[in-house]
Amino acid sequence: MSEAPLDTTTSTQATVVPPTAQRNSGLLSTGVGRNLGLVVALVVLCIVGAVTAGDTFATGPNVLTILRLAATIGVVSIGMTFVITGGGIDLSVGAILALSSVWATTLATQQMADSYGWIVMASTALLVGAACGLVNGILVAYGKIVPFIATLAMLAAARGLAETISDRRTQIVANNSFVDFFGGSLIGVPVLVWIFLLVAAAGWVVLNRTTFGRRTFAVGGNAEAARLAGIKVQRHTAALYVLAGLCCGIAAVMLMARTTTGSSTHGQFYELDAIAAVVIGGTLLSGGRGTIVGTVFGVLIFSTLNNVFTLNNLSISAQSVAKGVIIVIAVLLQQRLASRTTSS
Amino acid sequence: MSEAALLTMTGIVKEFPGVRALDGVDLDVRAGEVHCLLGQNGAGKSTLIRVLTGAHQPDAGAIQIDGEDVQLNSPTAAIDRGIAAIYQELDLVPGLSVAENIFLGHEPSTFGFSRRHEAALRAREILEGLGHGEIPVRREVGSLPAAGQQVVSMARALSRDARLIVMDEPSAVLDPEEVANLFRVIKGLTERGVAVVYISHRLEEIREIGDRVTVLKDGATVATGLDARETPTQELIRLMTGRSIEYVFPPRAEILSTAPVVLSVEGLSRPGEFAEISFDVRAGEIVGFAGLVGSGRSEVLETVYGARRAATGSVHVDGKRLKPGRVQSAVKAGVGLAPEERKSQALLMDEAVFKNITVSSMERFASVGFLNRTAERQVATQLAESLDVRPPGVDRPVRNLSGGNQQKVVLARWLLRDCRVLLLDEPTRGVDVGARSEIYALVRKLAASGVAIVLVSSEVEEVLGLADRVVVLREGQAVHTGPAQDIDEHQVLDLVMEGSSV
Repeated sequence: MSEAPLDTTTSTQATVVPPTAQRNSGLLSTGVGRNLGLVVALVVLCIVGAVTAGDTFATGPNVLTILRLAATIGVVSIGMTFVITGGGIDLSVGAILALSSVWATTLATQQMADSYGWIVMASTALLVGAACGLVNGILVAYGKIVPFIATLAMLAAARGLAETISDRRTQIVANNSFVDFFGGSLIGVPVLVWIFLLVAAAGWVVLNRTTFGRRTFAVGGNAEAARLAGIKVQRHTAALYVLAGLCCGIAAVMLMARTTTGSSTHGQFYELDAIAAVVIGGTLLSGGRGTIVGTVFGVLIFSTLNNVFTLNNLSISAQSVAKGVIIVIAVLLQQRLASRTTSS
Repeated sequence: MSEAALLTMTGIVKEFPGVRALDGVDLDVRAGEVHCLLGQNGAGKSTLIRVLTGAHQPDAGAIQIDGEDVQLNSPTAAIDRGIAAIYQELDLVPGLSVAENIFLGHEPSTFGFSRRHEAALRAREILEGLGHGEIPVRREVGSLPAAGQQVVSMARALSRDARLIVMDEPSAVLDPEEVANLFRVIKGLTERGVAVVYISHRLEEIREIGDRVTVLKDGATVATGLDARETPTQELIRLMTGRSIEYVFPPRAEILSTAPVVLSVEGLSRPGEFAEISFDVRAGEIVGFAGLVGSGRSEVLETVYGARRAATGSVHVDGKRLKPGRVQSAVKAGVGLAPEERKSQALLMDEAVFKNITVSSMERFASVGFLNRTAERQVATQLAESLDVRPPGVDRPVRNLSGGNQQKVVLARWLLRDCRVLLLDEPTRGVDVGARSEIYALVRKLAASGVAIVLVSSEVEEVLGLADRVVVLREGQAVHTGPAQDIDEHQVLDLVMEGSSV
């Protein structure tokens, strides 16, 4: 059961790659090579974990812990994959998550949840997330503000608003049915992990099999060509940020369940973790090329690394250094692969 | 011009995985001559230039400068040997001043502090030597027109004491007047003993400025040391293509006056670009726009398409008015645009051919947002086959296709939408001689199927050969409208240059 999530990702990959192989031998080498590198990295990490902390690392409960921790940042990263593939960037994800969690745990919201059920809290978080995303989208697409600046402003504003609403206090989730549902398990796998899987699967389908996904690649790859081909570039760009905001809302629900709190300090540095996961997964920071499978691997690699370090009683600071090194190696490898395939 | 060779390249071979880009190229260049390099796209000109400037290392062959064997291991090594190149896409830093660009990488300095005054003086000196003392050395390069930037590029080469300057299609971005200026600069250079390797597709330029010609075909030298003025055009084309044909324009069809007017443009204006442009295009008709760079030809086309918003005037397709400034409105009404800059304005270079073809008709292949990729691929394959896109197969990235085949992909995109109106901006730019006739035949076939076509081209011959009716633009004004048969190349050139050439 502990391997179920991993199996799903590898099997999706397996079904994706063969058609690519027939279509284009040039891209095949990048596609397989890149994902192969990620698989190898993950396996190496697991081996290191098993050797250094075998008795605790290679246990079912520990694997579930890794996955549960991966789930929240994973959902944020899926949204980020869309934004980056579409040629943008979203620095405000962590702040939006914090604001969503705070708004969904105010006294008023929780009182409503008492009469109408936890769905009120969940949908509040989702709505707040999507609304923040919409503001981002409008600023970027219609206000023509560069994404970096627009979302930086949102980062500051959303966290500030979260502090104002919560008065900088941590708000406890009092609704037991909420904690019970999201904190529970389904067929032995935590609900949080299921949500991550669902979001990742949906993200993959949308990005690779729908007009929305195709337009995302077109807008990110060449916005001018997309516009002249008749694609509504502005509307699509706005939609990408809404999607990212929605993912933050979902992640807020997940974090509220895990910590049983809503707080303006939730989601600190999530933007950096998400961007790192997306980029080591193989999505181009300049847009036009993106991979959900890669992002999922990126997230798993970082959370496994986290786990291995924690089990070995290594400091958070050491983890950060290792993370930095991994990002650099991953990007260097990618560039090597990319230049090899373009010159052939 | 001296008889001794400044540069000799013999048997140069360069292989990339799967391709032999250069397969035995010989080239010798003498000091003080303009040596023209001719060849179709893909003949190996660019690769040869990269080898010469140290960007690529040859797999075999020898390079000699002044009779001495040299290795050009890096761009710096080439610069040190006095070789400089001026590329089509100029490699200047737009935010730096003219003087800073000229001395980029070797600024006059003391202990790391640049001597700005000296740099400015020396820059002015070099520019004056090029006959362009009027270019202000402290001005930002990005604010100069293309011709001015080119001069700065040349000044930079000279500041490094270049003895051989490679110019890759330097006239492509210039007006005839500016080209004349460029030629004066080149003459000045050669008089000082600098050798110029000149690449151009325009034979008339080679006749005017060139001394000797080397022809490349399929990565090998097929002829070298030809006299640039005396060698007959037929001979040069035969060497380049292996056959001796010039462009073949398909015969015109008769446009019945009963054919419905599909596109109707009335009083279209954009201040500073063009004014009061009106024309009708009937089903099956090709209307061509001729004019210089800056005459407003492309702007008119983009305004009709809605990519620019018209200040006044209207565009009707099949009697229905298009919303100004709205591309979607035009696309919905059945208008397609094949823009001038194919790579940056039309194509998703890294995406597969079929995705580029279906990008404007995705709804056709989608049910509740889900794409039917099998159907997409099938339809795209049929289209690609009918347009003879080579190499066949719709799954390779568009980047790997030649210019002509990329253009076919753009046309296929609009064919798939059953376009009523097709706007073609420079349809054969970057398309080699052999593929041009194919594009011409294709455009005529499209017209014959009832599409109304508007053609914009900087090549007068192309407009006159392909279009049924011609509109001549000068400085944003339509100065002539009439059947293409009733006017010849000289008359058109007279019209477009009148006033501006004196």
